Amino acid sequence: MSADLSTWEAGQELEPRTYPVTRAHLVRYAGASGDFNPIHWSDRIATTVGLPGVIAHGMFTQALTARAVAEWTGGAEVVELTAKFTNPVVVPDDDTGVEVVVAATVRSVEDGLVTLALTVTSGGTKVLGNPRAVVRA
Amino acid sequence: MSLDSTLVGRTFPATQPYRVSEEKVAEFAAASGTPYEPGGQVPATFPIVLAFAAMNDFLDTVGVDLSRIVHGEQKFAYERPLVAGDVLTTALTVASLRQIGGNDILGTRSDVTDADGTLVCSTSAVLVHRGEAGA
Repeated sequence: MSADLSTWEAGQELEPRTYPVTRAHLVRYAGASGDFNPIHWSDRIATTVGLPGVIAHGMFTQALTARAVAEWTGGAEVVELTAKFTNPVVVPDDDTGVEVVVAATVRSVEDGLVTLALTVTSGGTKVLGNPRAVVRA
Repeated sequence: MSLDSTLVGRTFPATQPYRVSEEKVAEFAAASGTPYEPGGQVPATFPIVLAFAAMNDFLDTVGVDLSRIVHGEQKFAYERPLVAGDVLTTALTVASLRQIGGNDILGTRSDVTDADGTLVCSTSAVLVHRGEAGA
């Protein structure tokens, strides 16, 4: 069911979404995406290359932002999706993991396109730089 | 080991054709809890499955270990939505390369094209190749 994006206005804020990220999520995402980089499942290798520990795939965090966009828009067509991976999401080896929060403000609605300026945080720290989505209204 | 600046501008051989299946899309969507129904919007980051395969081929070719790669930036620019049944190939081009603090900062563009050779989605990535500690 699509949301009626034609009623959205610039400046409008969308209800933030909170998603858990555990090691189990990373393993599942590795299998689904084909990204078996060991920095996403081995503390030993992650620390060897200078990381604080196992980190989430940047693409998993971006997949969660795309999930939020899909939920807000009722599955609108995404024309563009972009983000910088500015801070790693370190995922501890426990049952609760960490949370990623995706918030958004409608930047513009024009020419049948809605641009969302996103804010993606974990533990209060921004983890993505300038995350943005453009969807067809 | 630093990457060679002569890589810039090179396009590497395209991946083997990849058929997008409902099952794979559903598996990918489920991994991030993204709502998906057959025939619905394919998750926006799905083309990473193709771009990642192209990147792996590239890393093998240039002799870089995947564990030394950290993703710096990712963009997807769609010409049309992906749909199940698409047969896609992906070719990676090295767009830029600079060295900062012992790391290579590699800009890549991986164009995903359909069976007609028409561009479906242009994906751009910044890859950080972490140098050997203390090297």
